Amino acid sequence: MSTEIDFPRWEVFTQIKPGANYIHAGTIHASDKKMALQNARDTYTRRGEGTSIWVVPSESIVASNPDDHEMLFDPSNDKIYRLPTFYVMPEGAKAI
Amino acid sequence: MTEQQALYNYCIHLGDNALIQSYRLSEWCSNAPILEEDLALTNMALDMTGRAQLLLQYAGTLAGKGLTSDDLAYRRNEPEYRNDLITELPDADFAFAMVKQMFVSTFEYFLYSALKASTDSNIASIAAKSVKEAQYHMAHTTDWVVRLGDGTDESNRRAQEAVDALWPYTAELFETDDTEAMLTAKGIAAELPLIHTRWQNYITGTMLAARLELPANAYHHTGGRKGIHTEYLGHILTEMQYLQRAYPDATW
Repeated sequence: MSTEIDFPRWEVFTQIKPGANYIHAGTIHASDKKMALQNARDTYTRRGEGTSIWVVPSESIVASNPDDHEMLFDPSNDKIYRLPTFYVMPEGAKAI
Repeated sequence: MTEQQALYNYCIHLGDNALIQSYRLSEWCSNAPILEEDLALTNMALDMTGRAQLLLQYAGTLAGKGLTSDDLAYRRNEPEYRNDLITELPDADFAFAMVKQMFVSTFEYFLYSALKASTDSNIASIAAKSVKEAQYHMAHTTDWVVRLGDGTDESNRRAQEAVDALWPYTAELFETDDTEAMLTAKGIAAELPLIHTRWQNYITGTMLAARLELPANAYHHTGGRKGIHTEYLGHILTEMQYLQRAYPDATW
């Protein structure tokens, strides 16, 4: 192949069953939205893993800088009262 | 000819179309323009292999000699193959592959949509599975044909050359014979003239969107259903059947 194909990157999120959260599956290349959905389908749901797909241009993802880790996340470490671990779970509640 | 023989021929025809398409699609493995398309084309190849297996298995049952789908796939010679000629043509480039697949998958989408209502329950259930696959193959390849046709000067030229080269092979998809007419009368096989109209409408729309033109020529190739093939089928079978020919009954 003489010319390099340089399609934009897209992040792929798949939903395993209706109502479940979309989970990041990986990254694909595509030139437009339709191609992105098809490429995501062909790359990440070949073994029946999904019921629905989201594709998002990678450039639209705003990511935090790992160097800011301490500033962003450490302050929550010693505040266990923010965790709902002191409640008694109702019997039969599964999806919590 | 009995109905059972007619149905055998019908399954062989549809099964061979799937098998030979699978072979041509699998040739794109590691050769597609981008990795994602590589996966897309090999996915399609696997869909076709699955369909070929179901149809040839059913044909084997109808033949009643304990024939398996493998026997039918690997131990028949060219004149015994009944695929339409378009499926065996080698892909000159990516545009050729996309235009060819769009022509054939669109036909298969309408065919299997109709066959879901077949009075033969095996054909109906194979069709119910195949129509979902064909719908995706049609959508995926249509998008590519539009992108290529309505793309750069070079992609448009290549797509138009593919349309010109492939068009004379499309009419064969809609050919029918006495055997099939017998099955159509009983609601087992599909009404091809109806499917031809739907196909023609879809193709015309796609060509318009893709800025491509259908050739006006009236000449059409034919012969696949009688076992008269292009030179390419022999090369396909030589490679595809090598292992079973060299090591009969090999298992692993």
